[in-house]
Amino acid sequence: MFVAALNTVINGLLLGGLYAIIAMGLNLQYGVARVLNIAHGEFIMLGAFITWAMYTMFGLNPLISLAIVGPLVFIIGFLVQRTLFTRLRVTAPSPGAYEGSSMLASFGLLFIIQNVALQIWGGDMRAYSYYNFGIKFLGAVFAANRLIALVFAVVIGIAFYFFLVRARLGKAIRASAQDPTTAGLLGVNINLVLAICFGLGAVMAGFAGILLSMCYPIYPVMGLEYTIIAIIVIVLGGLGSIPGSFIGGFILGLIGSIVSSWQPSLSLAAYYVLFMLLLIVRPKGIFGK
Amino acid sequence: MDSISNIFKGSRLGWLISIILLALLATFPIYGSAYTIILLTAIIMYIILTVSWTLFSGPTGYISLAAAAFFGVGIYTMAILGGELPLIAAVAAGGLISFLIALGVGAITLRLKGIYFAIFTFGLVELIKHLLLFWEINVTGTRGRFVVLEDNNTIFWIMLGIFAVLMLTYYFIRRSKFGLALQSIGENEEAAAHLGVNVTLVKVITFGISAFFMGAAGAIIATRWTYIDPYVAFNVLFSFLPVIMAIFGGMGQIYGPVIGAAIFAYTEEILLTKFPYYYMLTFGIILIAVIIYLPDGLVGLIQRLRRRSLGGQHANT
Repeated sequence: MFVAALNTVINGLLLGGLYAIIAMGLNLQYGVARVLNIAHGEFIMLGAFITWAMYTMFGLNPLISLAIVGPLVFIIGFLVQRTLFTRLRVTAPSPGAYEGSSMLASFGLLFIIQNVALQIWGGDMRAYSYYNFGIKFLGAVFAANRLIALVFAVVIGIAFYFFLVRARLGKAIRASAQDPTTAGLLGVNINLVLAICFGLGAVMAGFAGILLSMCYPIYPVMGLEYTIIAIIVIVLGGLGSIPGSFIGGFILGLIGSIVSSWQPSLSLAAYYVLFMLLLIVRPKGIFGK
Repeated sequence: MDSISNIFKGSRLGWLISIILLALLATFPIYGSAYTIILLTAIIMYIILTVSWTLFSGPTGYISLAAAAFFGVGIYTMAILGGELPLIAAVAAGGLISFLIALGVGAITLRLKGIYFAIFTFGLVELIKHLLLFWEINVTGTRGRFVVLEDNNTIFWIMLGIFAVLMLTYYFIRRSKFGLALQSIGENEEAAAHLGVNVTLVKVITFGISAFFMGAAGAIIATRWTYIDPYVAFNVLFSFLPVIMAIFGGMGQIYGPVIGAAIFAYTEEILLTKFPYYYMLTFGIILIAVIIYLPDGLVGLIQRLRRRSLGGQHANT
């Protein structure tokens, strides 16, 4: 009984770390750039597949992939925001209309990235073995690669938080989130900052993809599921609250783990029920203002 | 009586053209080929989904991504009741169940603002899909179901009938006080409430009506698909296609969604048969291109062109 409960909790935390950084990335994109990026999961998929390809072709250590995937997805995200979403933002009649049209456009982006990936890598499930041995902890057993993923997720998440709070660019980002017009008047280059935000959000997704690929099988249509999880986490933690997303990720991971231990095929359905209840009862989220 | 004759006044030509077109379509199975009938059925189905989506989301501005949910509910209603009830009754049941679900969902969610409503309705599709999949595997012990087969012409006539009723409903809602109330919600919800519009009631009922037609269309098309499972019935594409087709056609005029859906559905059939592997890729590119270049759709484009050709006669160009 104790071991089973401990297993569930450990699994939840290991899953939660990944959810946390995925949600932090999307929260940055939606909280600052006002794009509810449905293609967020596609950047996760890209990160995972690039890592897998590097590992199987050149035997490259997945952790070194961080240095390759990071800049690559940043450039993609930056360019997408600079071309597509900036254009939509400038021509939109109202902020509400921009949120609607940018969300629909991001669905288009999802179909494009996903199908390009299907053309390149095919539709099969892929996996590779990296630090795939069990670690025992008070009777509970879990794979070593998941512990590595959790540690890196926590480090990335905390580093990202301190970047937003301390760094000059982070302050510009937060100013743009609060009031884009005033931030612009004070000398913040809004279009540049929004593009950097979108790029950074994509980087978080790409990093999550790398960590995911170490522990789970990957496939080109895996993205949407993680996007939906990320949306649920940011609603749970509160829109625009980066610490909220971090903690919310762990909460959702625990809930998912508890439901899976009882009925594995219902964990996604449980997320939706939680999400719908949240939207009805407290749409601002736990940490929302 | 006076108000009714007022509604018809000024658009006699439009009525005449619509009735002639409808009569031409209805007699089509007599001289058309089987392939054309099937193609036309698919196109009319997309028109129904698009117009019923526009019925609610056009004036109110709430982006609903629940079309696939109501469509799928219709499909499953037919799969379960198909052999038990007469065909028309099963189609009506599909519409009615969708209507009731929409009333329930609408009542609890329509106070959500903007983007939250869109995500919620999207989640609804996935939730129903997963619960149904769980139910089918663990309780009924199956994954898919077979649906009673119907004659292609019957399917076509019923689809056309649903379309005709939908267009009438759409027309009367737009021309009525109820339609004005709906429009005022889209312009400014708080102001509409202050003017005495029962905002929640108007929204929920319209949401239900739009779901009714989606459910009915799903119920009848299920008899052509013959085999369904939750992934086929609750395909999220059916949530997005109506949105894109409506934007593509333009929502400002009553004929916008109709021509948008007709052109788009026809192109889709061509793309799907010619380039099955690049179909979704093309779909994504078209979606983005339409959002960027045609924010007011084909109707907006036509109006812009017309204004430009008239503009030469005036000084204010």
